[in-house]
Amino acid sequence: MFKRLPDTQGAAVAVTIDGEPFNAREGDSVAAALLAAGRSYCRETPVTGAKRAPYCMMGVCFDCLVTVDGIGNRQGCLTRVEDGMRIETQHGKREARA
Amino acid sequence: MPQDHDIAVVGGGLLGSAIAFGLAREGQRVVVLDEGDVAKRASRGNFALVWVQSKGLGMPAYTGWTINSTQAWPQLEAELKERTGLDVCLEQTGGFSICLSEREMEQRRDVLRRIHAQEGVAKYDVALLDRREVEKMLPGIGPDVVGGSYCPLDGHVNALRLFRAFHVANQRLGIDYKPDHRVGAIDFERGRFRLQTSQGEIEAGKIVLAAGNANAQLAPMVGLSAPMQFNCRGQIVVTERLQRFMRYPIGTLRQTDEGTVMIGDSYEDSTDDRGINTAINSVMLDRAQRTFPFLANVNVVRSWSCLRVMTQDGFPIYDQSESCPGAFIACCHSGVTLAAVHAYTLAPMIARGALDLQQTGVFSAQRFHVQKAA
Repeated sequence: MFKRLPDTQGAAVAVTIDGEPFNAREGDSVAAALLAAGRSYCRETPVTGAKRAPYCMMGVCFDCLVTVDGIGNRQGCLTRVEDGMRIETQHGKREARA
Repeated sequence: MPQDHDIAVVGGGLLGSAIAFGLAREGQRVVVLDEGDVAKRASRGNFALVWVQSKGLGMPAYTGWTINSTQAWPQLEAELKERTGLDVCLEQTGGFSICLSEREMEQRRDVLRRIHAQEGVAKYDVALLDRREVEKMLPGIGPDVVGGSYCPLDGHVNALRLFRAFHVANQRLGIDYKPDHRVGAIDFERGRFRLQTSQGEIEAGKIVLAAGNANAQLAPMVGLSAPMQFNCRGQIVVTERLQRFMRYPIGTLRQTDEGTVMIGDSYEDSTDDRGINTAINSVMLDRAQRTFPFLANVNVVRSWSCLRVMTQDGFPIYDQSESCPGAFIACCHSGVTLAAVHAYTLAPMIARGALDLQQTGVFSAQRFHVQKAA
């Protein structure tokens, strides 16, 4: 659904999304990387299990919560991708012990 | 144009809603006059405990009244679910008070001993547990936890859903709920009450004042009194939703049915419910992190302050007017814990037209007027 603009610059950043390798770009947020990877949703809500995807992309809506390197409820749009980062779809509530 | 109501309940919070619910179940035609969303609403700010331990020091009858309510709570939960489809998530697993030093443990022991030493107090189980026993029931506690007390009668609910469930149930029971009807004056003439509201006059044969701290102003209009503290502010901090890690609530720290962790129970001398005191939050959060160290890595999503509805001695007031027969008053701090006894015990008395003084006499505001009573 989302395509990168033709003039996008930046080196590749190797991350995994739910265990699958993906090349994000330097400067991507986790939310942008998920959209670029064609993910239609990034979490299921804790109470009703509804699927949610990144929405505001500026830290306000909290709909892009994901698990990053084992820590849940990270705001994907406010987290820059890093080499080797493990990004996971979050299913429901965050883990209780970090 | 006066409308045909048997009884007007002034106040649409948890207390007024529970009483209105109980009155409608008895066949009374009820109107609830509520101030509306501008009200200082303890029902929206409370901590949602259904709690017994620690209550009743200085008034043993309050312990019994509280236990009666916790025992009637499962019936209330079931009835609300049947009438509304809403699950208020009552959990009566028992609950803890946690001690973070030997001194706190000693104080805890002393409070429990004094409550249970009172003449005529209802007996109930409460156990002082050492750190090892607490850890078995609350895994993850930190090294600062010395021990705690556990009472099997304690529990908690989803209080916001309880508030909603009462309103839905009351609507279905045919209760006439009128928001934005702040009551400014009450007249009593020829056995009828006329309530002047911000949207006109309402007439009823009986009234119940359940307006929280505003009862202090309303009570003298019908020959009653309600000495309140007014300045008893508490704060609550709420975290993001976490997978369930607490099987039992603690009086100052509990995990809700939907996963958030509520941290609370501060007392502050303030009448302003619009801000928060961050110094108080930092003490509450420090204690929470000493209780469960992993909370240090958990995000806070909200914090608020709210004014407690607290009578001058902290115990409920239930009274009926002698000069204006048919006028009743109810003031209490624990509108969640006492919801069941308000609906099933207090409201039927009011529906019959007289309090059962065997049960409620001790809660009369006469206790504040020693000279007058003597």
